[in-house]
Amino acid sequence: MAQTQNTAGKDNSILTKVGMGVLYICLIIVAVFQIYPLVWLFQFSLKSNAEVFGMSPFALPQEPRWENYVRVWTDGNINLYFFNSVWITVASVLLTILLASFVTFAITRMNWKLNKLVLGLFMVGLMVPIHSAIIPLFAFFLDLNLIDHPLSIILSYTAFNLPLTIMILLGFYYTLPREIEEAAVVDGCSIHRIFFQITLPMTTPVLATTAIINMIYNWNEFIFVNTFISSDKFKTLTVGIQNFIGQYLTDWGAIGATLMISIIPILIAFLILSNRIVEGIAAGSVKG
Amino acid sequence: MNKVMSNKAVIALYVLPAFILIVALIYGPILITGYYGLMDWNGIGAMTFVGLENYTQLIQDGQFWQSAKHSFLLAFFSTLSLVPYLAISLILAGKIKGSDLLRKIYLIPMLLSSVAIAQLWVKIYDPNNGMLNSFLTMVGVENPPSWLADTNLVLYAIFVAILWQYAGFYIIIYYAALKGIPESLVEAAKIDGANPIQIAYKIKVPLISGVIKVTVVLAIVGSLKYFDLIYVMTGGGPNGASEVIASYMYKKAFDTFDFGYGSAIAFFLLLITLVVTWITRKLTASEDEIQY
Repeated sequence: MAQTQNTAGKDNSILTKVGMGVLYICLIIVAVFQIYPLVWLFQFSLKSNAEVFGMSPFALPQEPRWENYVRVWTDGNINLYFFNSVWITVASVLLTILLASFVTFAITRMNWKLNKLVLGLFMVGLMVPIHSAIIPLFAFFLDLNLIDHPLSIILSYTAFNLPLTIMILLGFYYTLPREIEEAAVVDGCSIHRIFFQITLPMTTPVLATTAIINMIYNWNEFIFVNTFISSDKFKTLTVGIQNFIGQYLTDWGAIGATLMISIIPILIAFLILSNRIVEGIAAGSVKG
Repeated sequence: MNKVMSNKAVIALYVLPAFILIVALIYGPILITGYYGLMDWNGIGAMTFVGLENYTQLIQDGQFWQSAKHSFLLAFFSTLSLVPYLAISLILAGKIKGSDLLRKIYLIPMLLSSVAIAQLWVKIYDPNNGMLNSFLTMVGVENPPSWLADTNLVLYAIFVAILWQYAGFYIIIYYAALKGIPESLVEAAKIDGANPIQIAYKIKVPLISGVIKVTVVLAIVGSLKYFDLIYVMTGGGPNGASEVIASYMYKKAFDTFDFGYGSAIAFFLLLITLVVTWITRKLTASEDEIQY
């Protein structure tokens, strides 16, 4: 995506070099500001309370206490919250990209009069603040007996991520050639087969982008779970670690380990898929 | 061809599930919020119609206006912070080695949950064992402040965490826009003898002005909606010093079970968001079409 060809180098004056040096130092200071707090988090996640309270916060852990991780994983319910986060995230992501693909296909490929209007309605959804909908949503799910039921968060995640997902998909659908689909129609292929066996597989790259962006949003979501879910057995990590930290206020090692467990999946995904994530964020920048 | 591709039943089948979902869970609720705002309701019992009482109470509610002031302060600082982000992006998009890696490092905090970020910064600001005060003591500052417990500092302390969270996001957007500028324009300016600063200021920045406007709207509207980070870091405290509109709304509705009043605040938040978006667009409007 970003190739930098080096055509500079014409003027090698000392001034330019010094200037570049200063700029680099600024950029690196920003990088340290962005990354060091996480390194520090990792450090104190491996410390005992004696180390946290008795020594400099910058000191390395004397001997890394990995048992902090083991302890919170089993004793602190973190394993339960973790698996809830995993399955709720996966279910919401699959539902969102399937529904969004249906809509995008119908809007870009099929001929009907209201398609621009319907697309507009989906796009306006990008601007609605969650907070302005949360009280009626709570009442709505209460009526449906879905409060404290995972369906309430899966449906909310899907609804609120559909606009962004459709927006990212649209750009890709517009660039896809229609010839293959047209040929399939001529051959008498049904519309569902065209969608599932021709179009959907062609969109795999953009589906990967939308899936990873959706995954990050859902994994990190807080307000819906905090509002709709009250029992531990359905809580996800964001709300789970809030509970946990409320109980273990002064146990820095345990808190650090929980926070690390909650961010490690995102960091791993980022290591593997950073280009897709960057692409998705640039494409979906409206969401914010 | 046309027959298969304009089958109404199939269109309905493909569009309706998603459509029903956004109408039921987004558009319905934001309208109902305005309606609930006219009610006295504890969330469970019966609703009583009270007309505009909640809204008149809102206008006289000092705590609400204090929260609104904090939200707008955050919006103001977030908008200012776009300037350094743009400067960094201009440097990165120049021919610099390692810009790919740097951009990715900048982005990492943006990918983490606000809850994790909030908890991490609570530890960073810890008055006794936190990273910041230990550093300040090391360089010779006596009695460093207890950041999140200080009513004068807490909002700024939170703002630093917000900076940390969103820096990479805006840098990515600006970088992508700057990379879209045709190389030939920059080359032409170089031949005419423009220096890098002139090129940045007179050519690159005007060329991405559309994207800059979008980010201004994002920064302002995003700030008005801040919730998670503040709710977890301070809960709006101490003594309301970091309360923002969304956290005040949430408290009223889900802590004190005043759903009618909470709805009035939520509806007000929606209106402010829409009005501010509209004003920002107007103030920064030009001939170019709006981006979304």
